[in-house]
Amino acid sequence: MSEVKKERPEFRNIHITQLVNYRLPLAGVISILHRVSGAIMFLLLPLILYFLELSLHSEYSFANLKGIASHWFVKLIILGLSWAFLHHFFSGIRHLAMDSHTGLNKDSARHTSIAVLAASLTLTAVVALKLFGAF
Amino acid sequence: MARNNIGTNRLAVGAHYGLKDWMAQRVTAVVMAIYTVILLVCFFGASNFSYEGWAGLFAHQWFKIATFVTFVGLFYHAWVGVRDIWMDYIKPVGIRLIFQVATMLWLIGCAGWAAQILWSA
Repeated sequence: MSEVKKERPEFRNIHITQLVNYRLPLAGVISILHRVSGAIMFLLLPLILYFLELSLHSEYSFANLKGIASHWFVKLIILGLSWAFLHHFFSGIRHLAMDSHTGLNKDSARHTSIAVLAASLTLTAVVALKLFGAF
Repeated sequence: MARNNIGTNRLAVGAHYGLKDWMAQRVTAVVMAIYTVILLVCFFGASNFSYEGWAGLFAHQWFKIATFVTFVGLFYHAWVGVRDIWMDYIKPVGIRLIFQVATMLWLIGCAGWAAQILWSA
């Protein structure tokens, strides 16, 4: 053996400072985004329940909610929640499929990851257009 | 029986550690997915996007119950998921316990709030 083997980085328990150098496969990106989107929805649970309460309590509170939701920052929060829901929904269906042993090999895992991103990002874009008044 | 349960024959999975929560998370996910479809079909099917249309949907007792069941499923689902996050990232047992207890109490409180929203409207 004349050639010296190239040193490759080795990751065991990854440390937070190594995250930027770690090349995650697309399925891994989908997976961590599933956790991130779930955490976002958990943290915003009081807001979601408050909005539901306003929307149902009376005609006045419904109109009040409409007023609150017309602010650009609230629109951004609603858009973020919509993305979190859509991503969690589609990657959740992917998880359920994988739990029943479908699409487990490397190629189909990558293909379904692309499908999840395409579906969630397209629908998020539709929500964004609706929120910011394109239609 | 005790004789068969030692050394290499020890049954490490006998208590189904984690299986019930794992399964509950999947079952509640299916419940929430089905509810999402019902909500979208009813809402867009009626194509009445005013307060009357929205509140009218939630006026039916069956829809209140379906919504509440979905919420309870959501809180169980969130409990398993958030518990997993604390278990992965918070290593000191005391702090982890505080976060887990707080999560549980908060989710139980949310279930009460959801019931109040649904049946007081």
